Amino acid sequence: MSKPEEEPQKPRLAVFKFASCDGCQLSILNLEEDLLALGQALDIAYFPEASSDMKPGPYDIALVEGSITTPDDAHRILSVRRQTKMLITIGACATAGGIQALRNWADVEAFKQAVYPSPEYIQSLSTSTPISEHVHVDFELWGCPIDKNQLLRVITDLVAGVQPRLPADSVCLECKRRGNVCVLVAKGLPCLGPVTRTGCGAICPSMGRDCYGCFGPSEGARKGPGLPPNTASLARHFHGGLQLVPLEVMRRFRGINGYVSSFRAESNAWEKKT
Amino acid sequence: MSIASGMHGILPTANLQRLLDALSTKGYRIIGPTVHDGSVVWETVRSVSDLPIGWRDQQEPARYRLEQTGSQDIFGVVHGPQSLKPLVFAPREPLLQIERTKDGFAARQMILQPEKVAVIGARACDLAGLAIQDRIFLKDAYCDPYYATRREGLFVIAVNCTRALSTCFCASMETGPRATNGFDLVLTEVDDRLLIEAGSEAGRHVLGGLSLSPASEELIGEAAKCIDACARSQVRRLDHTHLPQALYDAHEHPRWNDVAGRCLACANCTMVCPTCFCYTVEETPDLSHQQTDHARSWDSCFTQEHGYIHGKNIRPTIKDRYRMWLTHKFASWIDQFGMSGCVGCGRCITWCPVGIDLTEELPALMTPVQPSVSRRHVEG
Amino acid sequence: MVNAYAIHPATIVEKIREAEDINTYRLQLVDEQVRRGFCFKAGQFNMVYLFGVGEVAISIVSDPDEPELLDHTIRSVGRITTAVAGLQPGDVLGIRGPFGQGWPLDQAHGCDVVIVTGGLGCAPVVGAIEYIFRRRAQYGAIKILHGVKTPHDLLYRERFDAWRRSPDTEVLLTSDQPDKSWSYRIGVVTELFELVSIDPPKSIVLMCGPEIMMRLGVPILMRRGIPATAIYVSLERHMECGIGLCGHCQMGPYFVCKDGPVMRYDRVAQWLGRAGV
Repeated sequence: MSKPEEEPQKPRLAVFKFASCDGCQLSILNLEEDLLALGQALDIAYFPEASSDMKPGPYDIALVEGSITTPDDAHRILSVRRQTKMLITIGACATAGGIQALRNWADVEAFKQAVYPSPEYIQSLSTSTPISEHVHVDFELWGCPIDKNQLLRVITDLVAGVQPRLPADSVCLECKRRGNVCVLVAKGLPCLGPVTRTGCGAICPSMGRDCYGCFGPSEGARKGPGLPPNTASLARHFHGGLQLVPLEVMRRFRGINGYVSSFRAESNAWEKKT
Repeated sequence: MSIASGMHGILPTANLQRLLDALSTKGYRIIGPTVHDGSVVWETVRSVSDLPIGWRDQQEPARYRLEQTGSQDIFGVVHGPQSLKPLVFAPREPLLQIERTKDGFAARQMILQPEKVAVIGARACDLAGLAIQDRIFLKDAYCDPYYATRREGLFVIAVNCTRALSTCFCASMETGPRATNGFDLVLTEVDDRLLIEAGSEAGRHVLGGLSLSPASEELIGEAAKCIDACARSQVRRLDHTHLPQALYDAHEHPRWNDVAGRCLACANCTMVCPTCFCYTVEETPDLSHQQTDHARSWDSCFTQEHGYIHGKNIRPTIKDRYRMWLTHKFASWIDQFGMSGCVGCGRCITWCPVGIDLTEELPALMTPVQPSVSRRHVEG
Repeated sequence: MVNAYAIHPATIVEKIREAEDINTYRLQLVDEQVRRGFCFKAGQFNMVYLFGVGEVAISIVSDPDEPELLDHTIRSVGRITTAVAGLQPGDVLGIRGPFGQGWPLDQAHGCDVVIVTGGLGCAPVVGAIEYIFRRRAQYGAIKILHGVKTPHDLLYRERFDAWRRSPDTEVLLTSDQPDKSWSYRIGVVTELFELVSIDPPKSIVLMCGPEIMMRLGVPILMRRGIPATAIYVSLERHMECGIGLCGHCQMGPYFVCKDGPVMRYDRVAQWLGRAGV
C-alpha cells in the first residue's frame, strides 16, 4: 500500500447535467455524512446543483447526469470530455437515454407543436441518446436514480487508484440474499429483476413491488445471442404465464432503459405482435 | 414404523406452545415459518400464533400461492423459498474487518458469538440439504469457522411431511418425506395431535422435560400411514441410477441449447437450493481507505464473474452456465462429496421465474439423440 | 479452530521488474511467529491480498528451502493485479496460504525431469527447479523447455542461463514471434520435444502454461512413450477461497485449488479443453 505523500493534490471532481430530472445529483447530496468525507477526499470543483462556486477545468473525475437531446448538449458534452480525465455517467438518462428516449419511437415535431405555443423557438433533437453515443465513457452507473453507495464505492476505488468493479449480475441474487419472497413467482407480478442489473439492493421487490428495470440489462461487456440477458424468455413468460397482452409486454421493456439495445430489441419484437 | 430414538410422546396441537416455552426457557431463540409476502420465511417466533396456522402452499413451476383453509393445522405449509441454508451459511457473512496500521494492517476475525437457535418446521429435504452443507463446510480439509459457529448453536425441530407439493420429488431422491436423521426433535401432525420424537441427546432432554404421555401405537401407525401416502402421492421423480456418468456423457447434448433458450441465468435456482455453496468475497473500504470490510456473499455459477479467468470468461453463454450448474449438481457433486447435490425439494422448479423443471431436463439430457437431429443441433 | 480466512500482512522487500506488465514481489511475513511457521511445497500458491481491493491466487515461485522470503510473480491483468503493480518496496500486501497440491518432487526421485512451460507458466516451476538443484544427486537429467510469444515475455533470463550452465541440464528456449534480439530457437514449445532425448521409463514431466499447450503437447509426449501418469500439469482457475469452498475453481469433479493446482494428467485429460468446464 502506498505511503501518504506530502499534501497530495486532491482529485478534482465536476458534476455536469444534461437532459435529466436532477435525481441522480440529489443522490450525491443525499450522501449526508459521507458527503463530508467526499469533500475531504476530493476537491469538488464544479457542482452547480450544490454550490455557486464553480471552478474551471480540467477535472480528474466528471460525473455526467442526463442524456443528449439538443444540438447544444451534443456540442457541450464534447467540451466536458476534453476537460476531464475520467468520465462517469450517472443514471439511466446519461447511461441509456432515459425515459425521454421514448421520443425515439415518436414524432418529436408533433410533440413540440402540441406542447409549446411557439415551437419554432425550441431547439431539440429528434432523439434522446446516451452519453456513450457521443464521447468515450469510462464508467457507467445505472439506475433511476443511481445507488448512492455504488457511486461512493466507485469514487473510493478511483481515489485509491483501483479499477472499480460493477457487477452485472441479476437483481435476483441480491433479492434472494435479502430473504425476499419472489414477487414474480408468489404474486404473478411481471418483475424485470431476472434480466436487470444488480446494484440497487433489490429495493422494489423488497417493498413487494416488481422491478421495472431501472438499472438496465444484466449483461457483461460481451453481448450477443446466447448471452444474458435472456429477455425473450422472460417476455414469453410474461405473455404466456402471467397473461400480459403483447402491448403490456412491450411496455415492460420500453421503460426507463427502453433504448438500451437488448431491451429495445425486445420491446420492438412485441410491438409487432400488438 | 420404527421410532428413531425410542423416545416419543403425544402433544395435542393446541399445546405446542409448551414446546416453544420449554425451548425459550433453555435459552433458545426460536425461528419458524411465518407468512410473509405470499409465502413463508424464517422469522423469530414467540407464540404458536406466529406460525402459519391454517395456511397451505400450492407450488408448481414458476408459481407459488398460499391459501387459507380455515383449519387449525400448524404445519400445512410445506416450505417457502428458504431452506435451512441461510441459517448456517449466511447470505452475507463478514469474515474480517481490516484496519490500516503503522506497519501495514491488522485483520480482526468477525466470528459471531455462538447463539442458541431452535428452528421449527424443517422438512426432511431441508435436513438432507443441511447434512450436505455440513459435509462441505465442516468435514473437508478445512473447517469453516463461520459456518461452524452458526451450526453449533442450531437445534432442529423437523416436521415429517404428510402432504406432497406437485414439485416435490424427495421420495425418488431418498431424502424424504420422513426425516430419518439430522434432527433433535421431529413432529408429525396428525389431525389435532402431534407425534413428537427425539433424534438426539439434546432432543431427548427437551422432550423429557415436557412430561408427555407416550404416543399410542394407533398414533404412530397413523403418522406412518400419512407419511407413506405423502411419498406415494409425489408426481415428480428423478431417476438418478445412471449418474454421474450419463450426465458427463451428455456434455454435447442438443437439449442444452433448448434449455439455454429458456434459462434467464438469473441465479434463483442456486439461491434457493439448499445445497449450493458458492460464495464470493467482497471488499468494502471506507472512502479514506483506512478500514475495509472483507465479507462473503452467496454467489452463483450463473453470474458473469464466476467463470472469470485472466480477463476472459470460460462460461460466457447461458448454456455454459446452466450446464455447469446441472452437471455439478447431479454428476461432479457425486465425485466430490460422495452424494448427489440434489435433495428433491423442488425449490428450483417453483422459484425459477420461467419454471424450468430439472425433472424434465435431466431425463431429456440422458435420452440419446437421434443422429439426424444431432447433426442439425450440435454446435460445431 | 484454525481460521483459513485469516490474512497475514507481508512486506514487499523487493520488487523485481520482469517484463512490462510483470513483476516479482519478494514478500516477508510481518509476524515473526507466522513467518517461522510458514512452509510450502514447490507448486503451491498463496492468496495474495491487497488492502481494500481483494485477494488473488498466485503461485509461490521461490525456493521452498527459503520460506522466509516468498516470491510471487504477478502479471497485471485484473483489477487486483493492476492495483498491486502500483506498490513499491516497503508497502504491505497480505498472504493467506500456502494452499493446494505441489509438484510430485519426492516421486520424481531418480527420474529425469522434463519441464515444459509456456509464457508466465514458467513461474510455478521455478521453485521446483531450485528444489531439484539443491538435491541434484537425487534426480537424473533435467530438461527445461520454455516457450514465449515474444522475447519481451521471457522472464528469469539469468536463471535460465544459470540452469543451462549446470551439469546434466538442458535448457531450450523458443519464441514464436521473435525479433532480432532473440538468439534462441524459433517456434512453439512443443516443437522443442524433437530436440531433446527423452528416456520414457525414467522420465517425469512437469507442465505449466496455456491449456492449449498442454492439450497439444501431451499427445506428442505420449507418442514418445511417456505415460499420462508420469505427466503433471499445473492448472489455473478463478479462486476466491483457496480451500475448496467458494466453488469458482471447479474443473469437472475437481476443485483446482485443493485437488490441484498440480494434477496428474490422466486425471484431468477428459476435462481439459471441454467447453465451459
